[in-house]
Amino acid sequence: MPLLGRAALILAFGLVVYAAVAGSYGAWRRRRLVVESARNALCGAFGVALVASLVLLAALARHDFRFTYVADHTSRELPLRYTLSAFWGGQEGSLLLWFLVLTGAASGAIALNRRLTTDVLPWTAPILGGLASFFAFLLVAVSSPFATQPAPVDGAGLNPSLQNPYMLAHPPMLYLGYVGLSIPFAFAMAALASSRNDERWLVATRRWTLAAWTFLGVAILLGAKWAYEEVGWGGWYAWDPVENAALMPWLVATAYLHSVMIQEKKNMLRVWNAVLVALAFGLSLFGTFLTRSGVINSIHSFTQSPLGSWFLGFIAVVAAGSTALILVRLPVLRSRTRLESLVSREAAFLYNNLFLVAFALTVLWGVVYPLVSEAVRGVAVTVGAPYYDFFGIAFGLPLVILMGIGPVVAWRRASLRSVGRTLLLPGGVAVVAGAALVLAGAGSSPVGLVGYTFAAFVLAAIVVEFIRGTRARRALGEPSWPRALASLVSRNRRRYGGYIVHAAIVLLLVGAIGIGAFSTTREVRLQRGETVTVDGYTLAYVGSTAERVANAKELRAHLQVTRNGDDLGTIAAGKNRYPAEGESSNEVGIRTDLLRAEDLFVIADRFDRGGSVFIKVIVNPLVNLIWLAGIVFLFGSVVAMWPDAREQARLARRFGEPEALAPA
Amino acid sequence: MTTLALVLAAVLAVACVVLVARPFLRDIRGAEDLREPTGPERERTRLAEERDRALAALKELEFDHRTGKISDADYHAEVGELRSAAAEALRALDEQQGRRPGPVRSSRTRV
Repeated sequence: MPLLGRAALILAFGLVVYAAVAGSYGAWRRRRLVVESARNALCGAFGVALVASLVLLAALARHDFRFTYVADHTSRELPLRYTLSAFWGGQEGSLLLWFLVLTGAASGAIALNRRLTTDVLPWTAPILGGLASFFAFLLVAVSSPFATQPAPVDGAGLNPSLQNPYMLAHPPMLYLGYVGLSIPFAFAMAALASSRNDERWLVATRRWTLAAWTFLGVAILLGAKWAYEEVGWGGWYAWDPVENAALMPWLVATAYLHSVMIQEKKNMLRVWNAVLVALAFGLSLFGTFLTRSGVINSIHSFTQSPLGSWFLGFIAVVAAGSTALILVRLPVLRSRTRLESLVSREAAFLYNNLFLVAFALTVLWGVVYPLVSEAVRGVAVTVGAPYYDFFGIAFGLPLVILMGIGPVVAWRRASLRSVGRTLLLPGGVAVVAGAALVLAGAGSSPVGLVGYTFAAFVLAAIVVEFIRGTRARRALGEPSWPRALASLVSRNRRRYGGYIVHAAIVLLLVGAIGIGAFSTTREVRLQRGETVTVDGYTLAYVGSTAERVANAKELRAHLQVTRNGDDLGTIAAGKNRYPAEGESSNEVGIRTDLLRAEDLFVIADRFDRGGSVFIKVIVNPLVNLIWLAGIVFLFGSVVAMWPDAREQARLARRFGEPEALAPA
Repeated sequence: MTTLALVLAAVLAVACVVLVARPFLRDIRGAEDLREPTGPERERTRLAEERDRALAALKELEFDHRTGKISDADYHAEVGELRSAAAEALRALDEQQGRRPGPVRSSRTRV
């Protein structure tokens, strides 16, 4: 069946090129039938990409080693779930996933906004077709997943680091985030190309942007969880270039989600929002380039490939095209509305935008500086954690403060007195929390102390917001407090969903400070029967075992854990040896205390012939709040995205008046 | 297997051609070109957006007042201005649509 896969990709390439070329002609000459035909071609490309993907999945499931891709990334002993996840374990499969998600999202967005993308924004399909053409070209001409060879007896297996449950979900989520950002980008550029200065594109892509941003955020946390468990150095985020690659578009998309509200409410920042949409998408392409090109050393980069120059060329075309379009349409985009006061909700959003974008660009500079240095000076340098930590604190702490201040400041303008009054309670809570932390001994880390105090301030501000809002709804006649709360949230899902997301960011901050500033580490060599005590936990080495499992040999050190005399069971840590892949992996032991949200983390570094083992024991306080933050983040995002019938009716009235074209 | 793959690929290709050609298979004599929105239509959209913004601002002000984010004095200083802006937006839209302007209702009870 490789032939069917290849044929499907060639067809898909033809369809997306048609969508780009014929669609451009149709939009330019305003030919309805050509625009509709281009739109159909894009939807057809999704169907064909689906066929190609099914061919590859079938080949993986059947261990069809005639496919070079299957032989290079799986083996007969590899468990089925990892065999199927090898779809995105290699470069060619990843590109196919990118293409599948892109054509799927494009078809979905166009189908949901059929009339809008035909009559008002006919440039949408050709722009999406143009983007998809690049990936289809790579799949057909540069990096095909359907290349064949004489079938070997067994395959080379999958990189052991990728044989982790989190890797089943992390890459698809990441691509849904990266690719999802192409939808607001395409609609925004189509609006510019069509010289439309109304907000239809913005309304139509609101949920797509939120969904892409949510996927990206969840993917970052899933990747962090994978790194925590699989890479096994005891941390969760290492400012690795590939980790940063996902963080940058997420930060810019976060800025956009805030500033777009100012455009909706005040008709301001239109140029800025167009720039943010283009920058977020450009950075998502850059992220894919970093992950796939292998130009940067990263623990997450599993390929060395010739795609780098293609990607750089494509990023340059996208950047130049979107910049030119924004510059050409500047007269349409410029707004006559001005900021009324520096003390207002919109001003707070503006400050938040500046910090977020500055942070994203700082991270970008840290990622590209080694490349620039090597290209210009011939000197290889690395930008380490201290650089990112410094700017993370410099930009992060003001952002946290703004999360607390922003929601309590009124729109348009607010008096300092009013702001002071509304901040009195959260401020008081922060002071009390800070004092309590000093008394509890948290003063050993000034950054941690400041971070926790700020976190208390933001959490208090969020709670106060919910209480005040619920009280206002109750005063307006809601029969009970729960009904008042439900009514409050349902009447402004984006705002209150956003506050829940803010709470998630605070949880993440508390967890990150816990592991970063207050963890305890001890390295020791233990003979059987010996013990080590770390932060209240006592670990006794009871022996080691070697076992053959599905596709690996597991070597484990077993340690009995007690705390204050209580038996907490055993913990096992060691290594896996994968014969097919010829590689080993660290398999850490983790014991989670949900009540304290802390982990006892054990790495068994080396097993001696004499029976002793070198272990590293880390106690990570509050680290589980990071993962809890992921769940809260997802919940908040769903609340913000949930359809609002009242708003839909309002939009239908607004856009239905002249042309009956309400965006979905 | 190769023959089957070729047949499936051919079926796929035909399906794609039909899908892409479908708009042209309709009665093309009746197909109009895309219509560029006229100046008044664009203006109507702009005014409708202005109206929604003005009403939303009024609603936000009421809510900010109820939740104690702005004082009574600030509220009274701003509410008149916002009501005027909302009335102006409604009037402009009504005039543009050739309707007689109606009275502006307070959004006080619709927070």
